[in-house]
Amino acid sequence: MASIDPSQDDVGIHVTPYPVIEPGHTFGSVTDKISSLTLKRRTPLGWFIGFGISFAFANILLFAIAYLVLTGIGVWGNNIPVGWAFDIINFVWWIGIGHAGTLISAILLLLRQSWRTSINRFAEAMTLFAVSCAAIFPLFHTGRPWLAIYWLFPYPNTMNIWPNFRSPLMWDVFAVSTYATVSALFWYVGLIPDFATLRDRAQSKPFKIAYGILSMGWRGSARHWARYEKLYLLLAALATPLVLSVHTIVSFDFAVGIIPGWHATIFPPYFVAGAIYAGFAMVLTLTIPLRKFYGLEDFITMRHLRNSAKVMLATGLIVAYGYMMEAFTAWYSASEYEGFMMKNRIYGGPYWWAYWLLISCNVLIPQVLWMKRARHSTVVLWIISLVVGVGMWLERFVIIVTSLHRDFLPSSWAMYRPTIIDFATLFGTIGMFVMLLFLFIRFLPVISIFEMRTILPQAEVKEEEA
Amino acid sequence: MHIKDTLPELYKIRRPLKVEDVRKRLAEKQGKEYWRSLEELAASDEFEELLHREFPRQAGEWDDPVGRRKFLKVMGASLALAGLSACVYQPPETIVPYVRQPEEEVPGKPLFFATAMPHAKGATGLLVRSNEGRPTHVEGNEMHPGNLGATDIFSIASILTLYDPDRSQTIQNRGDTRPYTAFLADVRTALDTLKTKQGAGLRFLTETVTSPSVAALLNQILKALPQARWHNFEPVGDGAAMAGARLAFGQAVNTIYRFDRADRVLALDSDFLAATPGNLRYARDFIEKRRVLAGKAEMNRLYAVETTPTNTGAKADHRFAVKPSELETFARALAPMLNVKGITAPSGSVPHADKLQAIAKDLQSARGKSIVIPGDYAPPVIHALAHAMNDALGNVGQTVVYTDPIAFGPNDQLTDQIEDLRALVNDIDAGQVEMLIIVGGNPVYNAPADFQFRERLKKLNEQKKLTAHLGLHFDETSEWCLWHVPEAHFLEAWGDARAYDGTVSIMQPLIAPLYRGRSALEFLTAFTDTPEKSGYDLLRDYWRTQPQMSGDFEHTWRRAVHDGIIAGTAAKEKTVALNTNWASQPAAASAQTTGGGQFEIVFRPDPSIYDGRHANNGWLQELPKPLTKLCWDNAALVSPTTARQLFNLGSEEATATYKGIEYMAPVIKLSFRNQTINAPVFIMAGQPDGVVTLHLGYGRTRVGRVGAGTTQQPVGFNAYALRFADAPWYAAGADVKTTGDTYQLVGTQLHFNMEGRDIVISKTLDEYLHHPNEKPEIVREGASTQPEEGTTRPLGEGIGTEKHEEPGPNDTLYTGFSYNGYKWGMVIDTTACVGCNSCIIACQSENNIPVVGKEQVARRREMHWLRVDAYFKGLAENPDGVYFMPVPCMHCENAPCEPVCPVNATVHDAEGTNNMVYNRCVGTRYCSNNCPYKVRRFNFLLFQDWTTPSLKLMRNPEVSVRSRGVMEKCTYCIQRIQNAKIDSERENGRQVRDGEIVTACQSSCPTNAIIFGNLNDQASGVSKWQREPRNYSLLAELNTRPRTTYLSALRNPNPEIQGT
Repeated sequence: MASIDPSQDDVGIHVTPYPVIEPGHTFGSVTDKISSLTLKRRTPLGWFIGFGISFAFANILLFAIAYLVLTGIGVWGNNIPVGWAFDIINFVWWIGIGHAGTLISAILLLLRQSWRTSINRFAEAMTLFAVSCAAIFPLFHTGRPWLAIYWLFPYPNTMNIWPNFRSPLMWDVFAVSTYATVSALFWYVGLIPDFATLRDRAQSKPFKIAYGILSMGWRGSARHWARYEKLYLLLAALATPLVLSVHTIVSFDFAVGIIPGWHATIFPPYFVAGAIYAGFAMVLTLTIPLRKFYGLEDFITMRHLRNSAKVMLATGLIVAYGYMMEAFTAWYSASEYEGFMMKNRIYGGPYWWAYWLLISCNVLIPQVLWMKRARHSTVVLWIISLVVGVGMWLERFVIIVTSLHRDFLPSSWAMYRPTIIDFATLFGTIGMFVMLLFLFIRFLPVISIFEMRTILPQAEVKEEEA
Repeated sequence: MHIKDTLPELYKIRRPLKVEDVRKRLAEKQGKEYWRSLEELAASDEFEELLHREFPRQAGEWDDPVGRRKFLKVMGASLALAGLSACVYQPPETIVPYVRQPEEEVPGKPLFFATAMPHAKGATGLLVRSNEGRPTHVEGNEMHPGNLGATDIFSIASILTLYDPDRSQTIQNRGDTRPYTAFLADVRTALDTLKTKQGAGLRFLTETVTSPSVAALLNQILKALPQARWHNFEPVGDGAAMAGARLAFGQAVNTIYRFDRADRVLALDSDFLAATPGNLRYARDFIEKRRVLAGKAEMNRLYAVETTPTNTGAKADHRFAVKPSELETFARALAPMLNVKGITAPSGSVPHADKLQAIAKDLQSARGKSIVIPGDYAPPVIHALAHAMNDALGNVGQTVVYTDPIAFGPNDQLTDQIEDLRALVNDIDAGQVEMLIIVGGNPVYNAPADFQFRERLKKLNEQKKLTAHLGLHFDETSEWCLWHVPEAHFLEAWGDARAYDGTVSIMQPLIAPLYRGRSALEFLTAFTDTPEKSGYDLLRDYWRTQPQMSGDFEHTWRRAVHDGIIAGTAAKEKTVALNTNWASQPAAASAQTTGGGQFEIVFRPDPSIYDGRHANNGWLQELPKPLTKLCWDNAALVSPTTARQLFNLGSEEATATYKGIEYMAPVIKLSFRNQTINAPVFIMAGQPDGVVTLHLGYGRTRVGRVGAGTTQQPVGFNAYALRFADAPWYAAGADVKTTGDTYQLVGTQLHFNMEGRDIVISKTLDEYLHHPNEKPEIVREGASTQPEEGTTRPLGEGIGTEKHEEPGPNDTLYTGFSYNGYKWGMVIDTTACVGCNSCIIACQSENNIPVVGKEQVARRREMHWLRVDAYFKGLAENPDGVYFMPVPCMHCENAPCEPVCPVNATVHDAEGTNNMVYNRCVGTRYCSNNCPYKVRRFNFLLFQDWTTPSLKLMRNPEVSVRSRGVMEKCTYCIQRIQNAKIDSERENGRQVRDGEIVTACQSSCPTNAIIFGNLNDQASGVSKWQREPRNYSLLAELNTRPRTTYLSALRNPNPEIQGT
């Protein structure tokens, strides 16, 4: 498992880019290596420490939410005029993070980008967990979640009362629940052949039974494979529009509003790009330590990291264009409210620091990725991915809080300050997210075993010959 | 009969009481006696002890100082006595119909009773709504001359004071609960001794008495005990006005102004629109004289000379800030120009000297139709000068009328209250006081600092003298008195009170005393031969002897109780002769300039909690003060320039800093003579430089959970500490030092600049007459004419005829909704709004709006459905004007809140109102985010008090009590709309008549600035107002098409005065 020397690439041998899998692997070695993570290798101490910490944070989330439900939204810093703050910031942030998973698994699959294979499983899991984190907020940001949990769904009832189909929050409910369902299905279907592998290789009875149930009787017959391929493609085709639609709809929450800073037609594409940006940043944030600690450099190679970095650079530029257009439109509209909003964001208002921090995190610092050297340094990539993660969170802070705190009538202008419960909720969801990832790493194959086998040179030759 | 003979033996027994004993004792009694004993039992020490054993946990908490903020949540403490007190006041909860139905009582239908709220400055006539025997809302009595149907914040909020669970509930003797009979016994014993000395040593201390019956009773006591004395002291008294009248006329007179006849008004530090006797009436008359409506285009003109910004200054056409020390110079310089005899213009510099000629000329152009009104707190010489100016302008008898004073005094003589209190203090020092009876008031808290009243009371206590205090709350004074007797709230007792013009109102009780309190009348009768006579009998017996009620007494009495006023009791006009001997005295009295410092202090009663008596009223504490919008605190107001000098700041730096959301104000140390206080600074635009304004009423230590602060959590600071007997309103020579500390102030509006936006559209009368439609043109159309119903206006049609090329609000592809029945709408006249805040409190009372507390206001979660925004125009140092804008829900036709609600919890109804369905609301807050007016309020926590029994009685049963997690907002008082519709439908389905529905805010408004009605009725008032050229929609460019529209703010500046 030799590590990659980035200087090799600097020589400029573009004909032989980094492979998506290091040479020397066989079908057997791939299967052994990946399945051993869950079946054979002793659970490392680091896993327990990491899981313990994230579990503690997940419990903080539990406490924060219980306290919230028992006491009221007032435990947060939200107020009038800033009716939404951390709750919706976190929601949009997590949903955005989820997007990379779907993009990697579905769109790249359809585009036959074989390099996606070693990271798609992980990215899908990330999507699912991020969506779980996100889904907490639409429910618990409401004042009466015990009613919101079912009143937001169009269930038939004797009162003949329906939800308001004109409300973007309603659309959110559909968008997010569809997204969560399709992502979960896609992920699970992709896991079935690997569950079977694990079932066959598991030594202990409980694991055999558990994986046996999860593999749904997969035997690997040609008929199974044929059906599997068809379903997987169909699901990919279903998931693909979701990448665009979910964040488009999330952006409608704002674009439909009449508040300056929200009411902008550029929001859908700008939000989608931002989501992919944040998602790839999160993929990098997670895979870089993962491949390091689990020695997966063979499967998750520099090629993956480099490609992710390029996607980040591209989507980051789209996002930067979005920021530019927001400012331009504010000026071009000649609306005093829009103009004031932009001025207030950039230099006139008390939250100017958030805007400039956002610009630094999302626009200025990621430009480092133009440098090949930076793209090839795991440390630099990791730091930038963290910076982008923070930047994307700040973007939502700027859009939501800064727009709301000073709107039309100066008499109602106010400040917003988060409380400790706001932070507990934010870090709690991060804890929950990481905890789920730890469980995923421990109990499920983090890399798709069977798909990895297909990208081995042995498999590829056959395909080409056919 | 001696009182000892009537004593029940019960309270003499000081051994622990057993339940069996009680039963036994009760069993011995029969019928009426039985119940009386039970009540007495309840008030006895033994009962308390029994209670401790029965409910050990709750009883212990009773004395525990519960945090003030917990007021709204933790009412467990009051539960200890809840069961007991419930028997006293709760209507019996029978499940069978009345055997004998109380007269006119229809369950579910409120009744209205006339009464009045007494006030040192004259009573406010009220109509109180009673739901099943519980007073729930206060409105004005249209027949009362003092308010003509309007109300002020104090009278509406008195409902909350009535149900205040912190009110004093038991008679106390040094902390022990005792029955009233014990108090009587004590008093009678002491009186027996005093009687031998003709009452020498017996002292009564009252606030200003405007009740004829109380005054008569006191005078009757004085007659029986000639050596006894009755002292008056009112912290916010009219001493200066009376002293001024004595200067000018040689006698104390009451001055009544007729603003309905005045074209030009000069206010010499007078806040006649918000804080003088008769201010509600004055505001009405004054505004009617400047209402530009229905083709009438004449306005009166107001010049305000002020030492601190007030509502009157805010409405003035010309406002001049002067230091208190310059006020007299200003007045003396102006007087000769008005041909006042005997006054020579002062040498030296006169503030605003260049404007004087124009003012004088303008006033003289309206001879007999102008008013010079001095402030209540201005020194006597200003009053005398104003009297002389009115005389010279020929206003006396026209716009200015003199009568005898409305207040009463000992032996029908009005005393100088501060000197009166000084006499009492001296007598205490001289050992001449044997028995001090304090009837209402709180002198320990609010007497001048140099009187050290608490030390005096302490001395009396040490000498084992009898001291007693009658009060609504167990307060700072009760703490230092031997006896404390709970006072009956004015809604609980019979009484009478005079209005600013002398008209007497009979006050009838709306409910039996909740805590068995006694009115002043019932309390004072203890000192007569009929110690237990009821208030009702006392009052009737008094009035039976009065000439106004001669003839058929029962008839006139019933008429008076029903109407709320006794006809023909208004004070008679009086002719007085002006002296001029005072005029030659030199300007500026020196008595008040005895401090070492450079600053001048202006003391004012707080706009919300007055002199501190309303400190425990959560509605008033949370009511944003008209100009600062601060609540829960007072502050030292200084001008921007002074603040910069104090804190060595550049012109751009802000004084207060924001720590997150917290507005951290720097604290200054104010010293005057030997007294010092620390106070947070608030920068007040328009404040004269070098002047610090302090509002009285805060910093209370003993009153209840809402108003009494602790060291950690003070509720304001006590400005009385700097107030001396010789400088009650203006003190020169104070010293100000910065401390480096900061203090959190909270307010509901932190931004007073319109940022150049068209929010309150203002213009001068002249501009309006030349271009009535200039600005409101585009917006007006959308508001006044909803799209032709049921039709579509083709896109672009009519665009060419408009001045602006923007599409009008009616250019839409969609068909407008047809409102075939009613179409409700509201118009608010910003010219008329004087920012008095009574609409906010009326709305709070009508719609069961909770109080949230200082911390929650700091987080900007106040719940007021209606707010009054204040915007300052011009420079901060000298604003051109302050514009008030009441903002309720706009009930937009294209309401941005409606489409975004995911559960359809906010919807439009067929009559055009935008309704909140509380039951359906899940609390996403999206509607509030999307509301450009930010009028929606969210229950972030359980703000409403669901547990305190007494507060449950207070609520309007027709309005849902909202729980946490629910959005709420102004409903246009939909319960009143529905009631009127039901009434009309029962009468052969007729239409609701114009004026039949009056919203709570509208009914309380002293200036009729708010009008509500049916827009489909072309003849309705609201339609007429909407057709006015002044009508405009707020933020019309958003195409929300609000149903609440505004009339622009007009001013009438004098063209000869520059710089306006």
